[in-house]
Amino acid sequence: MKAAATSVGLLALAGTIVPPAVFMLQSISGGPGSTPALSLDVVKTVMFLSTIAWFVAAPFWMKVE
Amino acid sequence: MSSLERDIEELEEAASSEYERQRVPAKALKGPSAFWGMYAGEHTAGTEFMIGPLFVKWGADAFSLIVGLLIGNLLAVLTWRYLTATIACEQRLTLYYKMEKIAGRGLVTLYNLANGLLFCFLAGSMITVSATAVGPFFPPGTIEMPTFQSTMPTGPAWIISCIVIGVAMTLVALKGYGVVAQVGHYAAPWMFLVFVACALVTLGRLGTADVWALLTPAEGTPKTISFLGIVFFSWFCNAAMHIGMADLSVLRFARKPSAGWASASGMFLGHYVAWICAALLLIYWVRQHGVDPQVGKDPGTMVNDAVGWAGLICVIIAGWTTANPTIYRAGLAFQGMIPGISRTGATLLAGGLCIAAGIFPAFAMNLLDFVGIYGTILAPIGGIIVVDHFLADAVGIPRDPAERSGSAFNMVVLVAWLVPVAVAMWLYKTQGVFASYLPLPCAIACGLLYIVLSKMAARDAIAVRA
Repeated sequence: MKAAATSVGLLALAGTIVPPAVFMLQSISGGPGSTPALSLDVVKTVMFLSTIAWFVAAPFWMKVE
Repeated sequence: MSSLERDIEELEEAASSEYERQRVPAKALKGPSAFWGMYAGEHTAGTEFMIGPLFVKWGADAFSLIVGLLIGNLLAVLTWRYLTATIACEQRLTLYYKMEKIAGRGLVTLYNLANGLLFCFLAGSMITVSATAVGPFFPPGTIEMPTFQSTMPTGPAWIISCIVIGVAMTLVALKGYGVVAQVGHYAAPWMFLVFVACALVTLGRLGTADVWALLTPAEGTPKTISFLGIVFFSWFCNAAMHIGMADLSVLRFARKPSAGWASASGMFLGHYVAWICAALLLIYWVRQHGVDPQVGKDPGTMVNDAVGWAGLICVIIAGWTTANPTIYRAGLAFQGMIPGISRTGATLLAGGLCIAAGIFPAFAMNLLDFVGIYGTILAPIGGIIVVDHFLADAVGIPRDPAERSGSAFNMVVLVAWLVPVAVAMWLYKTQGVFASYLPLPCAIACGLLYIVLSKMAARDAIAVRA
């Protein structure tokens, strides 16, 4: 259970930061006025789903001292 | 029993044995990892969404933000490490108990009043920030959002938003804040990434990764904060905690003073990266939507525009997890001050004051000044503790004088505290001195005055006896 929660948690963190990073790289490399392949709406949706996944998974593996 | 229930039980057990009137025993000491996470969570708060944009409003340049914040935060970490953590690990007492030994119980009550009221205004600012995240859930125009120039409530819908959020925070604070502290702990790494995500999306939309150029204000932008102002702001925005010694209560549990380095996680993630990320949000609105930096844009709208609902949840949780313990602590302060009042009554009183402060955006929109004043009023007490701990024997004044004499109200401490604070407030109000410049001289003046007055009091006592 803990291993599964850890995996989900790490994936959720990745889902929070990787899409914005990809969005930024595509936007900058495409030049001014270009539309990145990964749209901002997709970024927002992935981040929202990752947020839910994070708060479901974190209590199962993060230690509170 | 689930892991969550076990965690809550452990927290409640810890809360019931906090060694408030004794030295922390060896068995209760904690390793450094306990402090790294705590500082990272505590200093990545909802108010960071306000401070970054306020720097933009004040015309801070790129060098001040990137180098000035680096230096100021480093100085804050060094203060935590070499003053607060050193004293905490040698004394192992709470600030309140140490103060009681020096100043007497009556004066601790007065300190509690100042502390409790300032806590309420701080939590009020967090309610204001959280309430801006409510607006995007409703059709545009339903809730008029405050700007940097707002001092009064923007309308009935805004007042209702603040009341609903404030009441919810107060009700949770009534139950103790163990669960909210846990949510804050879980949220910390995710919250930090949301701040960074906001910056990444903003850079993508602006089509450049040249952060230096973006942070450089447009020509003609009035510059109301200097490089030194940024250094002092980042050094002393938590003056009450480090030089003011409020964190004695936390760091007394540290095995070694090196736990003070843990403050670096809060300073460099929350007060460096998060502030710059938040500043970029407003810079995008200024450049792309023509928003006047002097008017600004509310955090809820900016974050929702950049990263959507994840950002709104972040604004609410970041405000909630820091406001909740603040309301709880303010309640404790009032309970210590008002004889006979119950914990429930004191927390409700604190919650009511916080909601009233949150409804008025003036506190959140003047956060840069407010945290300076907060430090100026509370930090001088730390100056007295530093003198008592490091210098008392060398300069020939008694350590823990109130405990030795059985005094409940040490007038020497009161005068040494209030005179520098009164002078500092005069300088702030009439001479326009930036509030963050005041905590350090105030704390030093307070310590020196304490030495002089203690010596005079000792001489008078000898003369009376003779």
